Amino acid sequence: MNKFLKLFPGRSPVHAGKKAEIVNLSTNLQRRRFMQGVGGLTLGVGLSPLLGTPRALAAGKAEAFAPNAFLRIGADGVVTVISKHLEMGQGAYTGMATLVAEELDADWSRVRVEGAPANTKLYANLAFGAQGTGGSTAIANSFEQMRRAGATARAMLVAAAAQKWNVPADSLTISNGVVTHAASGRKAGFGELAQAAAKLPVPADVKLKTPDQYKLIGKQKLPRQDTAGKTDGTAIFTQDFKLPGMLVAVVAHPPRFGAKVKSFDAAKAKAIPGVVAVVPIEGTPHSMAGVAVLAKNTWVARQGRDALQVQWDETRAYAKGSEQILAQYREALKQPGLMARKDGDIARGLAQPAKLIEAEYSVPFLAHAAMEPMNCLVKLGNGECEIWNGEQWQTVDQARVAGLLGIPPEKVKLNQLYAGGSFGRRANPQSDYLLEAVQIAQGAKKQNINAPVKMVWTREDDMRGGYYRPIFLHQMKLALDASGRPQALHVRMAGQSIMKGIGFDIMIKDGVDVTSVEGMANLPYDIPNLQVELHTPEDVGVPIQWFRSVGSTQNGFAGEGIIDEAAVLAGKDPVAFRRDLLSHHARHRGVLELAAAKAEWDKPLAPGKAGAATGERRGRGVAVHEAFGSFVAQVAEVTVAADGTYKVDRIVCAVDCGVAVNPDVIRAQMEGGIGYGLSLALSGAITVKDGVVEQSNFHDYTVLRINQMPKIEVYIVPSTEKPTGVGEPGTPPTAPAVVNALFQATGKRIRTLPIGDKVV
Amino acid sequence: MATLNVNGKNLSVNGSDDMPILWALRDELNMTGTKFGCGMALCGACTVLLDGTPIRSCVTPVSVAKGKKITTVEALTSSPAGKAVQKAWRELDVVQCGYCQSGQMMSATALLTSNPHPTDADIDAAMSGNVCRCATYVRIRAAIHEAGKTL
Repeated sequence: MNKFLKLFPGRSPVHAGKKAEIVNLSTNLQRRRFMQGVGGLTLGVGLSPLLGTPRALAAGKAEAFAPNAFLRIGADGVVTVISKHLEMGQGAYTGMATLVAEELDADWSRVRVEGAPANTKLYANLAFGAQGTGGSTAIANSFEQMRRAGATARAMLVAAAAQKWNVPADSLTISNGVVTHAASGRKAGFGELAQAAAKLPVPADVKLKTPDQYKLIGKQKLPRQDTAGKTDGTAIFTQDFKLPGMLVAVVAHPPRFGAKVKSFDAAKAKAIPGVVAVVPIEGTPHSMAGVAVLAKNTWVARQGRDALQVQWDETRAYAKGSEQILAQYREALKQPGLMARKDGDIARGLAQPAKLIEAEYSVPFLAHAAMEPMNCLVKLGNGECEIWNGEQWQTVDQARVAGLLGIPPEKVKLNQLYAGGSFGRRANPQSDYLLEAVQIAQGAKKQNINAPVKMVWTREDDMRGGYYRPIFLHQMKLALDASGRPQALHVRMAGQSIMKGIGFDIMIKDGVDVTSVEGMANLPYDIPNLQVELHTPEDVGVPIQWFRSVGSTQNGFAGEGIIDEAAVLAGKDPVAFRRDLLSHHARHRGVLELAAAKAEWDKPLAPGKAGAATGERRGRGVAVHEAFGSFVAQVAEVTVAADGTYKVDRIVCAVDCGVAVNPDVIRAQMEGGIGYGLSLALSGAITVKDGVVEQSNFHDYTVLRINQMPKIEVYIVPSTEKPTGVGEPGTPPTAPAVVNALFQATGKRIRTLPIGDKVV
Repeated sequence: MATLNVNGKNLSVNGSDDMPILWALRDELNMTGTKFGCGMALCGACTVLLDGTPIRSCVTPVSVAKGKKITTVEALTSSPAGKAVQKAWRELDVVQCGYCQSGQMMSATALLTSNPHPTDADIDAAMSGNVCRCATYVRIRAAIHEAGKTL
């Protein structure tokens, strides 16, 4: 599989019959540049040493030393790292700062981080060729670039000190933010040298440390950069950011995807004190229609929204439901699909099996349900637009907003704020919620309201707003030979394409959306006859989008489920069975063996507290999966009560993500990724009925709570491989590990998620 | 116009008495540490203390707070338990996205104030109303135990 493809997640047609065309963008020249950027993604795997030009020094900061676009050092010695990646919880700010500070030999307690503005030239993700955060690429694409940024600054500080003291540069050392000349005992902090360093030429090439010289990279507990502000209420999210005179907009959205506003009565809304305006929005091919109520505060705006009476035009709305979608997929799977993988001869492999498994797996729509519902603050000027947002995909958002406004992308200024979670949602490939906010501001302007507008979605808006992890259906046949070894695996799967029809054709290989099949088309097991076919329905009008770990959410579940079924049918130990089939995949095997050893897989599982006499059963299950270049294995332990209720007691996790830059962040991401995976395994489901989303808030879209969180142990495989991501890879193995454990406990094979409250 | 006692200060709030405390704090008093998550008392992101008791400010009208004292995350360290909570949260680097953590810390502070050495079951009971989508629960639990050691 193309290396880039694994790095990059995707999206889908928005509304039925209205394929989201990037054509809007094609009307101006910028589109070409944008597409070149996207096309450049494949080339982006090689790291460019480009660090950008020195930043223009901000007024009042004339003393600052800013040797490149990624850091500046003030006269006070404080090092400010400019993060091109969004901090949405995964520790990107800490990661960027670690890489810069390592080569700079900075004092960690005097390092700060700021989010970068939108500027694709300076801040492109080298894995994408566009500015954005996702696909677990932050550390991977920045590893060399940020270290080089730090090393450049270091060389200039050393040169400045050498000049000042008239000594050779190689007689100087730097440690913890202090330059020392050992022979004379002279010392200078970064702040004292910043002004002189700023006057020196930027060196063209610098030497990076060798791993044995690392002081911060790999340090077990380097404090996170964002903890202080997130533990005293001062961290600013979009929800918190305010401008003078700003109005808040809360929007009435249609009940079905693709509906438009037919008419509305705003009299009751306008009668509420504090309501300033009612603004209908048309929607775009990428964002919803609706009616927005603008008010001086959120509560009033919401009251106003609730008082609106809107008639919807549902002529083009999608009116089917999850059950019909599944039935449609089942019908489609009767026919061959597009080939995503073809090893050997599947017909011959399945012809005379000693044993055969036929199984159907399915997963529902899932909402990301980040704690901060979508929101966006927009200030429209003349021929320009300024936006404040937890901004995850600057290049795309800039281009789409510019397209809507008919202005050049560089006239769309994006200001970076913290995001209260995202899990992919804020990197919407349609820029849906940004376009909605901009359209509201445009509508307000038509009513001579020029105030900045902050659009605030309620939880219900967020949960019913679409852009879900798509429904997937897998039908599989697996044949074992007489020795119990898999001879053939035939997978037919169906689900909406995230990438098709939106300008990301680079992610479509021979008609196959690589993100649909990732984790299945690259199944690592030695199976001589292996065929994966994909059906991509294009008439499902529920908007979908990448979700933490993308295709691996469904394929990790189906793949690790069927292989576990095979182990059981072969009468073999699930760990040994997998290990034997991973002879060509040392890193899969490495995490599998580590997780099994730490979980004491070879010893019997201790009985539960209630004891077998009460009908209580315990079980242990395993899963191993590669996602975004990282390898994760998990062993889950469960206890099932006599009535079928169950608890996940413990998950032991082993991860191989190459060089472990921030081990504590890696552990946190495995803990969080497991929690996210457990949430979707136990109860996560968005269901659509007659075109209407049945869930609306956390009472009917239940998510994991602390009482359901198992004990978690995380082990990191020591590695000298290039670092890979950790934001997503912790999620895929959790659901299959739990399902496999429940099978061991009960003999009941679960092939449909979510599992629900009971195993019966 | 209502008067709220927030973090020891009497503050005037524009708006009707039925406005939830959450929006009075965030939009009228400019104290944005307390977060909006669900609007239905389902997620706990909006948790503040009312006379020391954790409440969901997204569904509690301003009128309920008359004559009572509200404590928000901005004054977390005004109590020994709150101070211990913040310290433990920082030492263990509990946060990820951080959006729910104000609410988590307020609930944890209330728990530790009444029960400085809670069991895991006590923690489950006191904290299961606070959702964290980053699933920082392992560290929340550890941080509460850690904070308890200093109380």
